[in-house]
Amino acid sequence: MVEFSLPRNSKVGKGRTFKAPAGAKNVKAFKIYRWSPDKNENPVTDTYELDLDQIGPMVLDALIHIKNEVDQTLTFRRSCREGICGSCAMNIDGVNTLACLKPIEEVKKAVNIYPLPHMPVVKDLVPDLTAAYAQLRSIKPWLQADTNPPPDAERRQSREERAELDGMWECILCFCCTTSCPSYWWNGDKYLGPATLLAAYRWIADSRDEHTGERLDALEDPLKLYACRTIMNCTQACPKGLNPAKAIGKIKQLQLERKG
Amino acid sequence: MSNAKLQHQIMRSQLGRVRGLGSAKSGVEHWWVERVTAIALIPLTLWFVVSLLLLLGMPQIVVVHWVGRPVNTVLLLALVVLTFHHMQLGLQVVLDDYVHDKKSHLALTLLNKGAALILALFAVVAILKMAFWAPALVVPGA
Repeated sequence: MVEFSLPRNSKVGKGRTFKAPAGAKNVKAFKIYRWSPDKNENPVTDTYELDLDQIGPMVLDALIHIKNEVDQTLTFRRSCREGICGSCAMNIDGVNTLACLKPIEEVKKAVNIYPLPHMPVVKDLVPDLTAAYAQLRSIKPWLQADTNPPPDAERRQSREERAELDGMWECILCFCCTTSCPSYWWNGDKYLGPATLLAAYRWIADSRDEHTGERLDALEDPLKLYACRTIMNCTQACPKGLNPAKAIGKIKQLQLERKG
Repeated sequence: MSNAKLQHQIMRSQLGRVRGLGSAKSGVEHWWVERVTAIALIPLTLWFVVSLLLLLGMPQIVVVHWVGRPVNTVLLLALVVLTFHHMQLGLQVVLDDYVHDKKSHLALTLLNKGAALILALFAVVAILKMAFWAPALVVPGA
């Protein structure tokens, strides 16, 4: 049956507190989830008090500051720090988003930072996304066409055909949407989740792709696709302002359309 | 997600697990019929509630004869069949979401569908009985 509480070994305890440097005026607390596979202990939240005058404006700036100046053991993923790589996806102030795009000042009180929800944790803020990546791979996110491209040119699209892909090609696969979805929490082993379904629709809607039917076949399943209950957390969570719920709705529409 | 994944008991590749048994090639009808019955039940339920309010306080025989009018019989049967079908489809979604143990899932699915069928048949028989075997309406003083 459904699990209403965390397993005993996942219950989060209280951790250490790192005080702000003496003389700091603009102090804000960052409460960060900590768990290490090397220690046989439950996760805790450590509190880091930082002087906002010393750091940049985004939550990622605070994390980098902690790692460089306060506590080197803090583990998180980051790369581009400008919202295009999707590495620093995490749960900040109760919402999945990218740490690099989240201004600290948007959070009123202490900044609570947790890894993406309901995924296995590798360490601290690093979730294990291998299952989600396998799901993405299962929908074959690449062009499948039997017609050869022109020998001297690329496959062409009209402006209208290309416009169909707007709102989908921008996805950076940070999985903020997928891990915000209760349906994915309940049935993540079977339901593909919003990020993967958005990617699936991106190829269904691509005028150059010739395997649309096979793509719809592969999705026609009570759980793979229809476990979407239109909760809409995905669209609310997307840090890039995309609308996975709409893409899922369009796949459902096409499934119905081909039944005649 | 199950804890088995966390404990590394499974050595099958992630892709193999994700592909699993493949797609069931169903689900469209369940999704569509759930929505169509929901929309159809809006006017039917409104009609039913308004009719019952109008019948409030009437003697039983008047109600029985109201049910026996063909329009009312047909609409009542439609209401009952669609309500129980919709209920069964909706509860199935709840079971799919929350019940992950295969045996309990099968047992509860059968219970859900069986209960919906039996309750619907009870209602259908009650309506038909009123429609076809109602005692004659005796108007006092006639």
